Amino acid sequence: MALKGNLRDFSLIQLLNLVNLAHKSGVLVIEGQSDEAKIYFKDGKLSYANLGREENNLIAVLQRYQKISEAQQQVLLEKSTQMNDKELGLLLVNAQYLNQKDIIDTLKGYFVDLIRRLFNWQEGYFYFDPEQNLPENLIPVKLDLESVIVEGTHQVKEWETLQEEIPSLEMSLKFPDRPGANIRNVNLSVDEWRVVSYVNPRNTMHQISQTIKIDDLKMRKIVFSLLQAGLVEIIRPGGMPALPRDKMFPTKNPVEQKSMLNRLITRIRAI
Amino acid sequence: MQTVKIVVTGPFNSGKTEFIRSVSEIDVVATERKITSDSEKSVKETTTVAMDFGRITVDDDLVLYLFGTPGQKRFEFMWEILSEGMLGFIVLVDSTRPETFREARSILETFRAYAPTPYVVGANKQDMENAWEVDDMRVALRLDPKVKMLPCIATRKDDVKKVLLELLYNILAEMEVNDQ
Repeated sequence: MALKGNLRDFSLIQLLNLVNLAHKSGVLVIEGQSDEAKIYFKDGKLSYANLGREENNLIAVLQRYQKISEAQQQVLLEKSTQMNDKELGLLLVNAQYLNQKDIIDTLKGYFVDLIRRLFNWQEGYFYFDPEQNLPENLIPVKLDLESVIVEGTHQVKEWETLQEEIPSLEMSLKFPDRPGANIRNVNLSVDEWRVVSYVNPRNTMHQISQTIKIDDLKMRKIVFSLLQAGLVEIIRPGGMPALPRDKMFPTKNPVEQKSMLNRLITRIRAI
Repeated sequence: MQTVKIVVTGPFNSGKTEFIRSVSEIDVVATERKITSDSEKSVKETTTVAMDFGRITVDDDLVLYLFGTPGQKRFEFMWEILSEGMLGFIVLVDSTRPETFREARSILETFRAYAPTPYVVGANKQDMENAWEVDDMRVALRLDPKVKMLPCIATRKDDVKKVLLELLYNILAEMEVNDQ
């Protein structure tokens, strides 16, 4: 039977487990809400991964992980217009820019980072194609999935906890009127400072995360730590109109209203 | 029996009737008429003049109605009537016709003025060769980053479900925000 479905019903962790245990080879394609991911496997090990919208040729990856400078990147881009990743890797090794291990380790790091991001995808149609092999021009790695799966399990649990604590990033932050924490003893990271600098009832957490270019998970982590330290409070964004709930629902009871919505969601999922 | 409703709106020929047809358990009660105007006739043969009407029975006690609005501006008088008491609304936009983006934006703002209920935007006809990328459409429609915009093909049930679910998740999230 074809391996296909939706991440909502069968998570990426479950898929990786399946590939790992069954020593599968092929490509797993996940069509997310805003991007498409392809993960190639060979005998149950990850051999390559990419995101459709992300620049993921070898030069881009090496530059992103600071293995080559911007100046080197420019030179390589000019030289390598007709080169594929394998040829380029050989050029880098021959020119003693990097050795083979550097290149493979960097690619592994990139693929693990990419999978980490995919763990945050809650929805997405997927299918596994056992017939499709990695294109010859790409550099394959051999990455054991066990550690990725363990890390993913922790990440998903952390995500669930953070979602319970901060259900929506469409809320704003404000500084407490009477801070209880001993502020002098609080040390903030660079990213926490960046978030703090945008704390204002008019800025939603989502807007802040987009402005400072951090993903939802990181934003939730930072806000959670700021909340724990008593540095911020979550409030409704300024000027946001309340929902006309008495007109939307045939009942005024908020519990019944939410029950209706949950029943609607369940029903539509089942169509 | 309790009923709730969601409105599907958007410019002329954006795919509202197909969208409702994809998930409705009844044949959509469409109020289509043959088009007489030459400019509109070049796009499609018939159009919705009053409303489309679809139904999804949730259980013995709850029914969801889907109302599709007529797309042309001259039927605007229908919009306010249809928007009364809606849970939220979906704005469908034809990804292949950038000339309708401005109108889509105007429809969105009109509905938002009728009721501050949650809404999502569906970038329809994404299977067409000349369809705009969702990100580009978002810029063209000047959508706020927090507004959800989903690629979709209105004839595909799964795509329609995704759009409907996204709207319901938004409504739930806003209710929780309001309750805090």
